[in-house]
Amino acid sequence: MTEEQHHITLHVNGVPRTATVPARRLLSDALRHDLGLTGTHAGCEHGVCGCCTVLLDGEPVRSCLLLAVTAQGAAIRTVEGLAGPDGALHPIQRAFAECHGLQCGFCTPGFLMTTAGLLDRSPAPTDGEIEESMAGNLCRCTGYQNITTSVRRAAELLAAGQGGDPAGPWAGEDPQEPVAEAPLAAGPYAPPPGGGVPGEARR
Amino acid sequence: MTRGPRIGDPAPRPDGPDKVTGRFPYSSDLRAPGMLWGAAVRSPHASARIVGIDPAPALALEGVAAVLTADDVPGRPTYGLAVADQPAFARDLVRHHGEAVAVVAAATPDLARRAARAVAVDYAPLDPLTDPAAAVTAAPLHPNGNVFRHLIVRRGDVAAAAADPDLVTVEDTYEVGRQDPAFLGLESGLAVPAADGGVDLAVSTQFLHADRDQVAASLGLAPERVRLTLAGVGGAFGGREDLTLHLHLCLLALRTGRPVGMAYDRSESFVGHVTRHPARMWYRHRATRDGTLVSVEARVLLDGGAYQSTSAAVLANACCFAAGPYRVPHALVEGWAVRTNHPPAGALRGFGIPQVCFAHESQMDALAAALGVDPVDLRRRNALAPGDALLTGQRITGTAPAVACLDAAVAHPLPAPPDDDPLRRPGGTGLATGPGDVRRGVGVAMAFKNLMYSEGLQDLSTASVRLAVDGGELVATVHCAAAEVGQGFVTLAQQIVRTELGVDRVVLRAADTSIGEAGSSSASRQSWMSGGAVAAACAGVRDEVLARVAAGRGGRGEAFALRDGEVVSRDGGLRLPLAEVVGADPVEAVRVFTHADTAPLDADGQGDAHVAFVFTAHRAVVDVDPALGSVQVVQIATGQDIGRALNPLAVTGQLEGGIAQGLGLALLEDVVTREGRVATRTFQDYLVPTALDVGDVVATLIEEPEPGAPYGAKGVGEAPTLSSIPAVVAAVRAATGRRLRRVPVRPAHVALGEDGVAPFVVPGGPAAPPGVVTGPEGPLAKPALTDPPGVAELPGGEGGA
Repeated sequence: MTEEQHHITLHVNGVPRTATVPARRLLSDALRHDLGLTGTHAGCEHGVCGCCTVLLDGEPVRSCLLLAVTAQGAAIRTVEGLAGPDGALHPIQRAFAECHGLQCGFCTPGFLMTTAGLLDRSPAPTDGEIEESMAGNLCRCTGYQNITTSVRRAAELLAAGQGGDPAGPWAGEDPQEPVAEAPLAAGPYAPPPGGGVPGEARR
Repeated sequence: MTRGPRIGDPAPRPDGPDKVTGRFPYSSDLRAPGMLWGAAVRSPHASARIVGIDPAPALALEGVAAVLTADDVPGRPTYGLAVADQPAFARDLVRHHGEAVAVVAAATPDLARRAARAVAVDYAPLDPLTDPAAAVTAAPLHPNGNVFRHLIVRRGDVAAAAADPDLVTVEDTYEVGRQDPAFLGLESGLAVPAADGGVDLAVSTQFLHADRDQVAASLGLAPERVRLTLAGVGGAFGGREDLTLHLHLCLLALRTGRPVGMAYDRSESFVGHVTRHPARMWYRHRATRDGTLVSVEARVLLDGGAYQSTSAAVLANACCFAAGPYRVPHALVEGWAVRTNHPPAGALRGFGIPQVCFAHESQMDALAAALGVDPVDLRRRNALAPGDALLTGQRITGTAPAVACLDAAVAHPLPAPPDDDPLRRPGGTGLATGPGDVRRGVGVAMAFKNLMYSEGLQDLSTASVRLAVDGGELVATVHCAAAEVGQGFVTLAQQIVRTELGVDRVVLRAADTSIGEAGSSSASRQSWMSGGAVAAACAGVRDEVLARVAAGRGGRGEAFALRDGEVVSRDGGLRLPLAEVVGADPVEAVRVFTHADTAPLDADGQGDAHVAFVFTAHRAVVDVDPALGSVQVVQIATGQDIGRALNPLAVTGQLEGGIAQGLGLALLEDVVTREGRVATRTFQDYLVPTALDVGDVVATLIEEPEPGAPYGAKGVGEAPTLSSIPAVVAAVRAATGRRLRRVPVRPAHVALGEDGVAPFVVPGGPAAPPGVVTGPEGPLAKPALTDPPGVAELPGGEGGA
């Protein structure tokens, strides 16, 4: 049972990445399994929960509803591509972390990418616009109040910033220092930063 | 190092930066070199005999490493949180849709799923038992019988109340559907075989040590050979208290000698974890004409599904708290939790109380209407206060700010009337509701719940705190097996250490089983229990530091104190930096924390079975289109008893999230079954509230420190989900005049006025023994259930406690 394989190139977070995948490989699976970018989460794999939202050529899309081969040549931005190269949090990330816009955090990457798409097309959204835009993503922990607050705060931070691109990697200054060492879940088997398999060379 | 947040400060999550950058490793993100992927073979039937299982077609696929069935379980064939009645794999008999029959391991996730489909299982379908009322007398589905628990709570003399012609009586039947935890992070984990013949398992869970003990028993290994580490958890809400894929992962890893990962998909998750218990309830309240409650009679029937899980404890909660936060001199509550061919029900936020809360608050509104009094006044008049007794006879010795919660909830200004924005109307973007079609309703409800484990169950937590100097800087390291599931225990642990030791840099070790147990992240207990353990370990560290200083000076530790990172003498003559005292010799303390003992319930359901209580009240404002039956929640106001807000950010988050889950059960969320099969297995038909559904939340925190609680704080994980449910339904009733005796309320119930609730059928048949009060539908407290029904010849041998 050998399936035909396709060689694809995806421009992920500004870096060309190649993968060899069968035609039916979901973009979400290609990101998570083939490229080791596990920041994009799969919560339902039928396009409802929004956890897997990424930007495809700047537009928020459900990566579980796209076949990886159809994204050939496209620019894809995932949650790993929001922070600046020095690790400075993007204002959207900072807003969610500061405004308690997350609890378990599983839905968060999807909300961040949806927010990036929203603030790119509407830098100063109304509350109604925010709720409307966020209604395509499910969160089971927060009740959404703090997510709305976080999006508002992100818009403020971006407006007060140095003209950063909501949907691009953050190049501005970040006065935030980490509040503490993060609790490390399941240490040795955690994916290394930037993707890949622990103990294995990066593909 | 900047000054980190202390107890009472708004503290951001320490895992926030990792969670917003995608670095945080959830259980679905773990990888190991050479790993295989597992997938379960699940029954498409609710009830069937297994005629045969042929793994050959799966094993014939290239890249398939193993197919395991019940024959491959080396230890105890069953598991369970309270009673080991659930088979690791169904053998001979399938008792619910989605029950695991086999599990495969293969080179890729895709291949594992294909291989699972290729396993040929020959089923002979049976008629499923789906009516919980019939379960008591039906042929047993399991060697343990069909009744998980039958419980009576009897207080005072309801017969005397029934004989008083001057009392006003309201009586009705209520139903609660099946709510799914619907956490977004699907069940997943990674098991790695270890050199000592044991296994390391990284998994998302609520209770590492209970998992370990169950897994070890079925693997036939000593518990210390099974080492669990908490992987990143994508929400829990009770649904991760039971084993799911844990045992399957470990069996595969040990059989193949390779790391094995596994992740459910959403449709599998819907049949692969416990839900809230669906409930049928009959209630009769009697009160004096001036609105003083005299008696409450209630029957509560919980559908526990195919296996026991926590059904017995859920039923106890439902019965003990059946009347709500009110003084009730006479009560008779009878409850059953029974086995059916539905997927198992178990813990879910609120643990038995959301069901009865919907009923008792609906009754209070009906009583207010019958008496012609204000529903808020009726509640205030009867609300529990410190020193009052519960239905179980237990007196409240701690705080009980029921009235304060109620007053705070109704004191919030009402929201502005419906505006012209068509998107804000019921139905939202459907634009089916015109400006003249909207009717607004307001409803109020209250609730209370026990904190921590009850009925004499062992309840403890263990924590260690180690203080060391690293690069000239003090570092405190905390180790505790409490599962961080999103609630914010990791934040609280840091706040406690900073407060107690004055050390800002606090590192948290991963939660694992290399330390003693912390109990489950459930029952609103971790702030109290594991928070208490961390505080106690800090006190141990402090005592050793002070003893060290005293020993160097020939004195006693009491002569010194620890203040803001310095050791100071009581006379003020000495000030030593803590880092200097610790030096190259770290100080560590491990402490086990317990709460006051609780007692079992006696034959009349009486006893001091609970530790402490949390109170809550909600007021809901909704807009309804009565013709279409669509409902838009506008605002939920709450007064929430919290003892003390240790982290206002986390408290607010729990309130808002818990209310959203209550609202979901009130209006949207229902796992629909047909002939025992789960029909709703996607988020397209199981509806979780979105940002547009939840409305605004306004909250007042009632801070009355609880005696005996660490920092005076009460757990707040569950309370917000309780009375938000009946408050929303009461608001819809107020807008429409409909009866609405079932949640979730469906548009047809509102538009057509038919809620589909059938009269309550008493489990076990109609015969009323003499002296038992009878309701219109049959006897109360029919004492027929002390002897379990005879056990039929059943294959499998999965019984045993």
